[in-house]
Order: sequence, then structure tokens, then C-alpha cells
Amino acid sequence: MIAIENVTKIYGEGKSAFRALDDVSVTIKDNEFFTLLGPSGCGKTTLLRTIAGFVDPSSGSIRLGGKDILQSPPYKRPVNTVFQNYALFPHMTVAQNIAFGLEMLGKPKREVKATVEEMLELVRMTPMADRQTGQISGGQQQRVALARALAPRPQVLLLDEPLSALDFKLRKDMQLELKRLQTETGITFVFVTHDQEEALTMSDRIAVMNAGKIRQIGGARDIYDQPAERFVADFIGDTNFLDVEVLEITGDAARVRLAGGAETTARGAAEAGTGMGAATLATRPEHARLVPVGQGVMEGLLSQVVYFGTDTHYHVTLSDGAAFTLRQQNTPDMAHAFTQGDRVGIHLAPGVGQLLKD
Amino acid sequence: MSDLSAARTATERRNRWLLLSPALLILIFAAAGPLLIVVVYSFLTPGDYGGVKPEFSWNAWFSVVMERDFFTEELTFADAHLSIFWRSLKLSLMTTVAAFVFGFPTAYFIATRPKRSRDAWMLLIMIPFWTNLLIRTFAIMELIRAEGTVNTLLLWLGIIDAPIQMLFTEFSIMLGMVYVYLPLMVLPIYASMERFDFSLVEAGYDLYATRWKVLTKVIFPLVKPGVIAGSILVFVPCLGAYVTPRVLGGGKNLMLGNLIELQFGQGRNWPLGAALSLTLLAIVMVALLFYVRAAGQEGEKSHG
Amino acid sequence: MAKPFDIRKQTGFTPLAILCFVLLYLPIILLVVYSFNAGSSIALWEGFSLRWYASAWENEAVQAATIRSVVIASAASALATTAAVLAALATTRVKPWRGQGAVFAMINQPLMVPEIVTAVSLLIFFAMIKVQTGYTGLWYLILAHAAFCIPFAYMPIRARLQGMDLTLEQAASDLYATPWQTFRRITLPQLFPGILAGAMLAFVISLDDVVITEFVKSAGQDTLPTYMLGQLRRNITPEVNAISTALLAASIILVVAFFFLSRTRK
Repeated sequence: MIAIENVTKIYGEGKSAFRALDDVSVTIKDNEFFTLLGPSGCGKTTLLRTIAGFVDPSSGSIRLGGKDILQSPPYKRPVNTVFQNYALFPHMTVAQNIAFGLEMLGKPKREVKATVEEMLELVRMTPMADRQTGQISGGQQQRVALARALAPRPQVLLLDEPLSALDFKLRKDMQLELKRLQTETGITFVFVTHDQEEALTMSDRIAVMNAGKIRQIGGARDIYDQPAERFVADFIGDTNFLDVEVLEITGDAARVRLAGGAETTARGAAEAGTGMGAATLATRPEHARLVPVGQGVMEGLLSQVVYFGTDTHYHVTLSDGAAFTLRQQNTPDMAHAFTQGDRVGIHLAPGVGQLLKD
Repeated sequence: MSDLSAARTATERRNRWLLLSPALLILIFAAAGPLLIVVVYSFLTPGDYGGVKPEFSWNAWFSVVMERDFFTEELTFADAHLSIFWRSLKLSLMTTVAAFVFGFPTAYFIATRPKRSRDAWMLLIMIPFWTNLLIRTFAIMELIRAEGTVNTLLLWLGIIDAPIQMLFTEFSIMLGMVYVYLPLMVLPIYASMERFDFSLVEAGYDLYATRWKVLTKVIFPLVKPGVIAGSILVFVPCLGAYVTPRVLGGGKNLMLGNLIELQFGQGRNWPLGAALSLTLLAIVMVALLFYVRAAGQEGEKSHG
Repeated sequence: MAKPFDIRKQTGFTPLAILCFVLLYLPIILLVVYSFNAGSSIALWEGFSLRWYASAWENEAVQAATIRSVVIASAASALATTAAVLAALATTRVKPWRGQGAVFAMINQPLMVPEIVTAVSLLIFFAMIKVQTGYTGLWYLILAHAAFCIPFAYMPIRARLQGMDLTLEQAASDLYATPWQTFRRITLPQLFPGILAGAMLAFVISLDDVVITEFVKSAGQDTLPTYMLGQLRRNITPEVNAISTALLAASIILVVAFFFLSRTRK
């Protein structure tokens, strides 16, 4: 278990001081695939490097299995990192790279050899063992970096955007591979990425970060369906933001009036802490449906239709001028139900929109 | 800052000075330190058989530009010194200009070769530079002396009937210095040209510029930092040149370096030599300062 | 079809550049050619012979100067390279620190101060020490050479270090290597081509030095270049060409090796 408490990192001094981490607290459980997700500069890599020992926090504490690790230099921390650029030692072979950590730990030669073979097997690189690291492809380098970091059996594996240098297809394969490795080894993975899809598909839990703070922690479904605030809703997936008026609150549910006057229900009232009156409602494009005028809760002009193969995006200009996007699966029967320039109605699934604190 | 970071910073600082100490010690002992002694010497009185007497005197500095007539005690400018200063400046400037005239097209030529062969061309420029300066000067001397290759060839062809005196002239010094320092002009110009984006030249032609206009309005302004660097790199060692004027100038055409050396023989004026050295150093520093400022401005421009 | 428009062409540049290359090499080539002259002229060719090499080889002054040159260059480049490696480690890939500008100025000082000025200052300084200690050995020359070799050794080492991936060392540290193990197993092997390049450059620079050696040397401490400078006052024979050619060959081999070393990609 990694317990991160009130960690703050300030770069520079005085006016130019920059808070890379702002009072971050989070607990990462054992055997968890934990993802730090956020835009570049949000502090996710700084947090990872703080755990690894390459960044000294200005204040706060990090404990690993109950032991304070901040006093230890990186080479005394039982955590290993998969670096963004892999950082494979260019003057060593694949096998020598994987053996490095074990040798540094002073493991006996036979054990090192056995573990290296096991690791090569694990990442399916056995035939490449004696290649120089410059002679293998990007995907293979990635797997060697993984094997090298896993070989010493760390308590925690830190992964710093390890897939960002791979092309699309390879990235998909490696996502599955990473998940498999995590399940097989039972090691805690802390994974840093700015790619929401990567985060959603692999993680047990995700921490969404922005401006040095953790904005929301939860499972993929929680974060996508029930974003805690506007930043999270906006960063993860596409979201329509509507100005609404809250009429009635029952527990977490609320009855709200839309700009056009129609009413619908939403959730998140308790968490967002909204009172009566003006609020923001977030809805996902796939949670709305186009309907003939008069049948929906809102109306507008269909300004653009963009065909995406599996689905179609509809951009609607609402009566009050706001933009609204819908996404609908393409099925053979409804392919051309609406065309650009039509006046359309919009149906919102009741109870799925999320009220936000702003 | 946390205690941890503070402790690490302190260790880092101690290690840094520890690592630097061998280099700094050698440099202080055999490069920078002795310069301070030169300053002291320039304010002392010459000894009877070389060296100095520990008596304070402005005379050395005074003698750099002025002289007192031995009989009439009349003050006049030290023409001998001034003419050597003037020759040093003049020859250095002319050498710089000549090096530019040859060096710029050469750098351009190399920068426009295919990427793979550029390094080889640059190696061709650098090989002579890293070979012994004395040998290269000596090669020039063999070429132009009275019984040297050029005169022998011209005599044999019947173009002249007596050897032309080229050696031991200002021309021969300049020729030697251009030859010796040319790579220092080519190197920085090439460095800035290699980064030059030739699509800008295409844009220039597209917008109706002639070849000359493209050269002067597009290429030259963008490689100017390299030209300035090259000019300083040639000008500065020319000012302090010692070997080339000694070998090719033949004792009559002294430059500053030789004038300085002359002060350090037996029964010579060491304080005056020290003062002359510092004068040379000051001129060089002014040139370098000019260079740093020019380079700094160019840097700001490209950032802003 | 008309010739395509070459955007890179500038009238007259190519001939000037070619002329430049020719002029750069012609004197050296002539120098080398006449070192094989059978006659004693450096302009009239009288047939091929190795007699001047033989005479240089048998010349005891040349032998002594050669040995002295190699001893000084070896010792000075070893000192300068060691000092430069340590200095480069201290000054590269670190946050800006107080005194940084002064240290850089110090390291590069031999490149900025005219050689004649350094030579004069060393003459004065070492004369004082000689009077005080009575020691007149080779160490004055070795230390003087080491000092002006430091920036030349420092440059390629620092360049190599700067080009080195910082994350490699972090990776090593992450994999339980102590700072010393990281240096020994990761930094040093990576740095090696730079160190070799720096050492070779320092060696060449020391081997070629004339001015500082001329001023610092005690009686009977001629190196090859100062010996040759002394010979120029006399009647020149191709023996000087032969010595020059040998020195040239040594320098060129080292410089070409340096060139390929410093090009080795990480």
C-alpha cells in the first residue's frame, strides 16, 4: 500500500514559484492498477517521480507498506520505473539490461540467470536476449523495459506514459499485455497517462489530476458516468454543458428545468452540493437522441452531420444559441433520418445527466 | 525547501567543488594565476640583467605609447611601438576580411553539399587546422621564398627573370595568417548555415528576389551570427600572432607578439613587456566583449 | 528541356571554395613531397630518396626532442583529460549555480587569452619558482601544457555528457545501483568515446605547441616544434620537411580518429 499524504512540490521561489503538486493525498492499494490521468503539466509525472525518488517533495509524506520512503534515495526504494523513453542502456544487450537490477541487488548469478530467462519468457522476448537494444523495434524495447523493471520483483511498478511512443495498433496490443502482466505478477502498477481511453480500459481506479491537484478518484465507470466537476466531465469524453434551474431535490436526484422550459431529472445533487436555482447539467452525447420536433425536451437546428463509420455525430444549435452534440450508433434503418438544416427535437434519457459544482 | 532537499543541495555543492578542484588548481597555477603576476610586474622597475627590481614605477605603462628623448628629455609618441600596434591591427583586419572572402563561399559550398558528404568536407577543412601551426607556416615559407616553389616555377616559365621578394613582407605575414586561421572562419559560418532552412531561399525566389538579393537579404542576415563569430575567432589570434610574423616577417615586420617577446631577453625591459602584454590582452578582451554582446543580441532576437 | 533552377547556386562560390581547398592543401603537399627529395633543395626536385628521414632519425637532437615531445604530451594530456572529466561531471546537466560563470571563464581562459600573453606570464612566474626552488625539470612544461589542454579535452567530454540521456542514470538508480555503481556501469561506458576524443585532442594540441614551450622551456628542453623553430634560422634542408611530415602524419591520424570517435552516436 502506498500512502501519499499532503504532498506538495513547489518549483522556483517567490513570484515565479510553481506548484507542481498541491497538497495531494491518495492511497494506492496493493495489487491495484492505479492510473494518474490528466493533461500535460497537471503534476501526474511529478507525483510518479516523487514516488520513484527523483523528485523531493517540498512537504508531505509517502509511505510504502507503512515505511516512510522519502528519506531513501531511489536505489533503496523497492519500486521500479518504466520510463517514457524506456531508458534502455545502449551499451548492453537485452538480457544484460534485464539482469542489471538483480545484479545491483547482489543476487547470486544462478538466480539472476533464471529470473532473466523467466522475464524474457514473460514478455515474449526470449529469441532477442542477445540483441543490442538499438537493434530491436519500439514495441520490443517497450517490453524489455517492462521486463527490466519487473525482474527485481518490486512492490510497485511505476509506468510513465510508456505507450505514448508506440503506434496505434501496437498501443492496443500493449494495453492488453500490460493488464495481463499486472494480473499475472500481482504487482501494484501506478500508470501515468494523458490518454483517457488508455486509462478507462486498463485501470482498476483512476485519479484525474489538474493543476497539481487530484480532482476525482474512482473506477472508470464512476469517473465517466458521474464526473465530480466540470473539469473532469470536460477532460474525460465529450460532454454537453447545459444551464438549468434546479426545482426540487430528493437525495442525490433533482428535478431541473431546461432553458426551453421543459423539465427533466438529473443526479449528482448531493455530491455537487447544488441548492435550488441556477446550475450546470452535464450530459454525454450518447445519452441523448434526436427526435422529431415537439417530441423532445429541447429543440434546435441541425447544423452539421459528421459521419464516423460506426456512429454519426450531430451538431445542433439550440434555440437559445448554445451548441449541443449527439452521438448515435449507425444502424441500417435510421442512417439518414435527419439531414443538415432540419429543425429537430432532442430527447434526454431521464436521470442520467449529472449536476456539477462549478 | 525541505530539510532533505537542503541537505542534498549542500552535498551537491561540496561534490561539485571537489570535482572541479583538479582543473581549477592546474589552471590557477599555470594559466590564470601567473597573469596576476604580470600585472604586478608592469608596475615595477626593470632589473639590470632582465627581471625586475621591486620599485614601483609607472614607466612601463608610460613607455607603451610615449617615449622620452634621451638627451633633450622631450616627450614624443613612441613611433616604433605605435607603428607596430598599427601594423598588428591593420594586418589582423585585412586577414579577417580575406578569410571572410574565401571562407564564406567555402562554408556555403559545404553547407549545400548532400548531408552525407558535408562532414567529410568539414574534416578536410579541419585537418590542416589541427596540424602544427609552425609546420603550416613553414609550408607557406617554402612556397614563397626566393628559391621557393613559386619563384622557381615563374623563373622556369620565363615570366620573371629575377625572384620576386615575397617573404619577409607584410604580404607574406598576411598570407600566412589567412592560411593558418581560415578554418576558424569557415567553422562557425558553416555551423550557422547548416541549420539554415533552404525553403526560405525558395520563398525568396518565389517572391521575385534575384540570386544576389537572396544572398544579401535572406541568407546573409540569418547566418550573420556565424560570420561575427568567425571574424572574432580569426581577428583575435591574429592580434596576438607570434610564430607567423616571426617566421614570415623576418625580424623587420614585427607584430605585437614579437614586440612583447623582444622585451624578455637579457638586459631587456620586463615591465614594459608585461605592460605590452596586458595592453594586448585588453584589446582582445574588448573584441571578445563585442562578440559576446553581438551574440547575445542575436540570441535574444531569435527568441523574441 | 531547360536546366532546372538550382536554388542553392550562387555565382562564383563553387570555384572559390574549390580554390580554397586547393590552397589549403597545396603547401602541405609540397612540403611532404620535398621531404622525399634526393637533393638538398626544397624547390628543385632531384629524385626520390629517404635520406632526409634517415638523417633526421640519426640526429640526436631530433631524437631527444621527439622523446621529450611525446613525454610532455602524454603526461599533459593525461592530466588535462582527468581534470576535464571531473570538471565536466561537475558542470554538466546541473541546475545553474553560483560561480558557474567564473568557472566557465576559468576553464576557457586559455582559449581567450592570447598565447603570447600566457607564455610571458608563465616565463615570469616559473622564473620566480626556479629561483626559489632550483628545480628546472620538465614539470613546468607538463603543467603549462596541461593547463591549455584542459579546455580542448573539456569540450568533447562535456558535449558527450550533455548529449547523454539523463534518464539512463535515473533508470540505473531506480534499479538499485548506488551512485558509484551508476557512474561505473552507466556513465563511464557512455562517456568513454568523449574521453578518448578529449585525450587525443589534448595530445595533439600539446604536441603542436610552439609559443608557450618556447618561453617556458629551460636550456636543453627543446620539443620537436621548438627545435624546428630554431632550425629555421639556419639554412633549411629537407630534413625539416621530413620531421614536419612525420609530425603531420601523427596529427592527422589522431585528428581523423577524433573525428570518427566524436561522431559515434549514442
